Amino acid sequence: MTNVALPAADTATAAQKPLPARLAAAFVSRLVIIVPYVWLLFFFLIPFLIVFKISLSTTAIAMPPYAPVLGFGDGISGFIDGLKQLSFDNYVWLTQDALYFNAYITSVIVAGISTFLTLLIGYPIAYGMARAPASLRPTLLMMVILPFWTSFLIRVYAWIGILKPEGLLNQLLLGIGVIQEPLIITNTYTAIFIGIVYSYLPFMVLPLYSSLEKMDHSLIEAAQDLGCQPIAAFWKITFPLSIPGVVAGCLLVFIPAVGEFVIPDLLGSSRTLMIGKTLWTEFFTNRDWPVSSAVAIILLLVLIVPIVFFQNAQARAQEAGR
Amino acid sequence: MNSTWSRFNITAVTLGLAFLYLPIVLLVIFSFNASKLVTVWGGFSTKWYVSLFHNQGLMDAAWVTIRVGLISASVATVLGTLGALALTRYTRFRGRMLFSGMIFAPLVMPDVITGLSLLLLFVAVGLDRGFYTVTLAHITFTMCFVAVVVQSRLVTFDRSLEEAAMDLGAPPVRTFFQITLPVIAPAIISGWMLAFTLSLDDLVVASFTSGPGATTLPMKIYSQVRLGVTPEINAACTILIGIVTASVIAASIVNKRREVQRLRDEQAAQRG
Repeated sequence: MTNVALPAADTATAAQKPLPARLAAAFVSRLVIIVPYVWLLFFFLIPFLIVFKISLSTTAIAMPPYAPVLGFGDGISGFIDGLKQLSFDNYVWLTQDALYFNAYITSVIVAGISTFLTLLIGYPIAYGMARAPASLRPTLLMMVILPFWTSFLIRVYAWIGILKPEGLLNQLLLGIGVIQEPLIITNTYTAIFIGIVYSYLPFMVLPLYSSLEKMDHSLIEAAQDLGCQPIAAFWKITFPLSIPGVVAGCLLVFIPAVGEFVIPDLLGSSRTLMIGKTLWTEFFTNRDWPVSSAVAIILLLVLIVPIVFFQNAQARAQEAGR
Repeated sequence: MNSTWSRFNITAVTLGLAFLYLPIVLLVIFSFNASKLVTVWGGFSTKWYVSLFHNQGLMDAAWVTIRVGLISASVATVLGTLGALALTRYTRFRGRMLFSGMIFAPLVMPDVITGLSLLLLFVAVGLDRGFYTVTLAHITFTMCFVAVVVQSRLVTFDRSLEEAAMDLGAPPVRTFFQITLPVIAPAIISGWMLAFTLSLDDLVVASFTSGPGATTLPMKIYSQVRLGVTPEINAACTILIGIVTASVIAASIVNKRREVQRLRDEQAAQRG
């Protein structure tokens, strides 16, 4: 390509331009960064600081239902007074009540098991797609993505009709005589596993597919020519090469699943406690904004390691693609 | 390359797709059920669709949802495209780490945290909750999805096209609108559609940030689902699925045509 000669030509044209035009161009190029940056600062970063601030305040019967903390209206001395009033009571409360601790642990375990099940089911699908005839692959890809476009809520709702005691699955199993009593699946962890695996399957299949599709198949052939059994070849070559896809897929499923609300709420019961649902109840039913803020902050702390891991993986993929 | 598609692979893909589609297909079938019981077939009927259109609450919610979706997807597409350009074209600027973090983090952030934090922001700045707060919230979390979709196209973009245009004297802004934008247009369109369906789909963020008079369709469906499964909800879901499926297929056909046209143009350019 002619790429090599271009930078010099580029600076030459830039130097020929009048100053106002260059300033305007510089301003426009800054704007490209500034507009989304300021938006995300204001609507993404600052809200987190507010959540953190309110998690340190105390509940009050008012609207908004929390005692004001750390206003900047009273100058420096007011700010220092405010610092003294900060209360970690909400966090202490979270550690003392076993309910919250159990909810965090349960969420992580449920999300972990679901992620593993999603990987188990998603891997053969992604593998089969990557080995499909090249002409068929775009269609298969499209078919995997399509359910992801339809509403999450609808897809979870669809499972209620299938899993409930008088639902379609039980009718089928009773009909063919596999079981005598209807299975109780709704309101159990099993239903939550099914819901998470079903809803997040495309998130697992897509990164797996893209790493498996890029793989050079001649490596497998070489291994088999040298006498390697197909299964051994899979574990020695295919699987290690697909690790980036496995990591990306697992993170894409695990992180949102920990804080999931819709699935445990619709398919679980009050006994299947998960933290997203706890936060929702604290906020909407108990109207305890400071405690729900504290729950959110701890949830964020639980997820911060996988999130940073995910970002680094994304950034590396981005650099690799450049 | 050994391209025989083994029996194992065919079975895996078939079972996988069956698992993905069966629940949706069953839901659609039972929306045409004459019986009030969702799980017992009582003959074919479209009466739930008729009663759906007479359900003023659902219709109002649908209208709110569509307006929120159209506005938020459009603003999110502009912001997300700018964000993608900033990420791919400016490899070093102050706070780039923070910026890319703020683009990627919302992709995996649990909805409950996003919803709660935005609500507390709106309360802190004294904004009344309602239509506009939901729209602002949806712009914020969907723009990151747009940014990622557009960015993945920009990374593979052949920059020599832009450089050629600028060498020929086109100013940067004009180069962007005449060269860059047409090339990344398919990604921008899919970004818009993704943002629109995410907005259409969202229950949790909307529940936190919405106020009286701005009930979205998912919120309405959710409150009815909690009371039990009804064929009317199946009918509403079927209509939503129909709209989304039709538009995704239409968009992919348009994209494919453009792609074919582009390849033809490139071949013609190379010959001529």
